[in-house]
Amino acid sequence: MGRLIKIILMDILKNRIVLAYTLILAILSWSSFALEDNSAKGLLTILNVILFTVPLVSVLFSTIYIYNSSEFIELLLGQPVRRSKIWLALFISLSLSMLLAFFTGAGLPLLVHSANSVGFMMILVGCLISVIFVALAFLSSIATRDKAKGIGIAIMIWLYFALLFDGIVLFLLFQLSDYPIENAMVAVTALSPIDLARIQILLHLDVSAMMGYTGAIFKDFFGTSTGLIVSFLLLCLWAVIPFAISLKKFKNKDL
Amino acid sequence: MIEINGLNKKFGKLQVLNSVHLSCQPQQCIALIGPNGCGKTTLIKSILGMVLPDSGSISFNGKSIKGEFLHRAKIGYMPQIGRYPDNMTIAQIIDMIKKIRNSPDALDEDLYHAFELEKMRDKQMRTLSGGTTQKVSAVLAFLFNPDVLILDEPTAGLDPLASEILKDKIISEKEKGKLILITSHLLSELDDLVTQIIFMQEGSVRFHKEIHELTNLTGESRISKAIAQILRQQKNGTTD
Repeated sequence: MGRLIKIILMDILKNRIVLAYTLILAILSWSSFALEDNSAKGLLTILNVILFTVPLVSVLFSTIYIYNSSEFIELLLGQPVRRSKIWLALFISLSLSMLLAFFTGAGLPLLVHSANSVGFMMILVGCLISVIFVALAFLSSIATRDKAKGIGIAIMIWLYFALLFDGIVLFLLFQLSDYPIENAMVAVTALSPIDLARIQILLHLDVSAMMGYTGAIFKDFFGTSTGLIVSFLLLCLWAVIPFAISLKKFKNKDL
Repeated sequence: MIEINGLNKKFGKLQVLNSVHLSCQPQQCIALIGPNGCGKTTLIKSILGMVLPDSGSISFNGKSIKGEFLHRAKIGYMPQIGRYPDNMTIAQIIDMIKKIRNSPDALDEDLYHAFELEKMRDKQMRTLSGGTTQKVSAVLAFLFNPDVLILDEPTAGLDPLASEILKDKIISEKEKGKLILITSHLLSELDDLVTQIIFMQEGSVRFHKEIHELTNLTGESRISKAIAQILRQQKNGTTD
């Protein structure tokens, strides 16, 4: 297992895209701290970076990488290696490389400029989001043999979670504003890892006061330590479940 | 050594394997022949566990291979079309497989030297010609001294010199008592290699016979003619 991960990781890190991703994250993070005089504003800018770029790059790069590894997977299948081990090694190496890129790009400036609970929270959430979208990439690439279709699904996943989901939630909020839906909204956020992450960080930034009554409900739930644990567990499930489904499919696939 | 019982496989609506029964023992060199799309490669991939059969069983050394992977350590597989990571060099591919296998046994690098791959060890896989890629596949198949060699169209795409080298290697491995399974369309190439013939058609095994049995039956000394005659007989409905 270790050998396999090492081989794949070396191959990924040779890829210039990961380097470019790290650089872009670094430029965005350092400059947003440099441009704003107070670090809370910088944090908000970085939050948006984390919630848009990190999922996009993680899901897209991983999907393309998995499709491009089809020869490698085929080669390994002729060797005495367990199928699940091949898939797991790919997942761990892709996650590690995305984590490494995120940490050197965005984690370091966060630690330098905002070494408090919000900063740590942001790094943790960013790491989780990276792994979650790598797992979703595994799901989209096992869904079809066609590379173009697979990449299309990956982009759809990103669009849905980054843009559409918010739109749908907002639409529901307006349509159902006459009903007491605040508690239901808390449950709905569990359906999107990006929203879970956003709420978690916003609550720590003390701007939740601006979110009105719903914000207060959120604070009531997510602000408590139970809420915190529940939302982290949910985020972990978002990584585990898609990968587990893809692993099950991969085990039963004809290659 | 390899026992196959009632193997069935469907790809969509197409029945690729239709209750295949086979038994292969060491020291046999078996030619697996049949028209295109008759299920030869699917059968081979099932033995390797790359294709998962719908029903039926395959056992290797008396043990079912379902969910197993260790039996692949005893199989050297040379695919019909070897696909390798584009940006790796020949040396890197071979090193990687060595690392993954981590085999304590002595390696068999005869073919590596015979094919003179040393000279182009730093060439990337995507720059290689089809024949050279075949040579790499062959080297990998023989590298770990496996008990079973499964060669899917081994000489297709090889130049005459390389294909002679490979044939000599196959014969010498056969004499060491290994089980060798070859699929090929070049029946003339098989004459001095094989001891048994399996003929497949539309997903099922038409016959599985020793060479001398086949030649006695038909009175022909060449495999290609003997098979042609059997097929003609079957068509006319006069066969046994």
